[in-house]
Amino acid sequence: MADTLVPLQRTHPLDARPSLTEATVGAVRVVDVSAQVQVRAAVPGPAADALAQVIGAPLPTRPGTWTPTPAGGRIVWLGPDEWLVVDPSAPSWDLEARLRAAAAPHGGAALDVSGQRVVLSLSGEHARDLLAAGCAVDTHPSVFRRGAAAQTLLGQAGVILLALSDDGTDYELFVRSSFARYLADWLADAATEHRTA
Amino acid sequence: MQMIKCPWCGPREEVEYHYGGQAHVAYPAEPAALSDEEWAHYLFFRDNTRGLFAERWVHTAGCRRWFNAVRDTVTYRFHATYRPDEPRPVTA
Repeated sequence: MADTLVPLQRTHPLDARPSLTEATVGAVRVVDVSAQVQVRAAVPGPAADALAQVIGAPLPTRPGTWTPTPAGGRIVWLGPDEWLVVDPSAPSWDLEARLRAAAAPHGGAALDVSGQRVVLSLSGEHARDLLAAGCAVDTHPSVFRRGAAAQTLLGQAGVILLALSDDGTDYELFVRSSFARYLADWLADAATEHRTA
Repeated sequence: MQMIKCPWCGPREEVEYHYGGQAHVAYPAEPAALSDEEWAHYLFFRDNTRGLFAERWVHTAGCRRWFNAVRDTVTYRFHATYRPDEPRPVTA
């Protein structure tokens, strides 16, 4: 019976939208991220240590920060006992299983949330201008440089904002899938004034 | 717009937060021993302070954590914000 079922097609919330990169003169593009896993653990504690061992890097304990992982991903601080582990290449079910196996015996938790958020890259000289159009967080490079993360509102949509560079020209945005179309349209609109042609 | 300082995330716009009522309302040590009237007082009766008031707030759009704040109910000015496990700071 099972082989008569049509396999589910993976779709992206922005598939049907006209090119976002074109609409923002190259400032915004969609990033393909394979796995996003939300983990919970008390720090310091055995669950956090076990998670760090699987990821290959310690969980950041400073609020509003993210740290890179050896696999080329990121660990984003979401709360005092909550992180988002992002991996660009590992299958999400595999990462979830490995993190859960490590954390669960010590009271920690790991959950695959890959479908929850869409990742957008925001770069170029107008990156900060686009953010400033609808975000109250101070993104000046003197206070918001590589390694900084903020959960906040952008154009009234909840986002996680990561600073990737020290000069304020490279950011990554995590937005809920159901808000992705809206935020894409909002970014395209915010970029209108920076178009030269 | 007024900025409120989250004990974890730092200063953020007021729209990122939600209000949670009076802070430091202790759960009864022996809830079963309370009369209906005492239980109703615990559940529903709150101070209606004019001036400095310790309240619970939650940073909904940010770290989604609850914290306490001392706010002046006359001026709406926030005098202090602190984590739930910290004692109420002394404010003028």
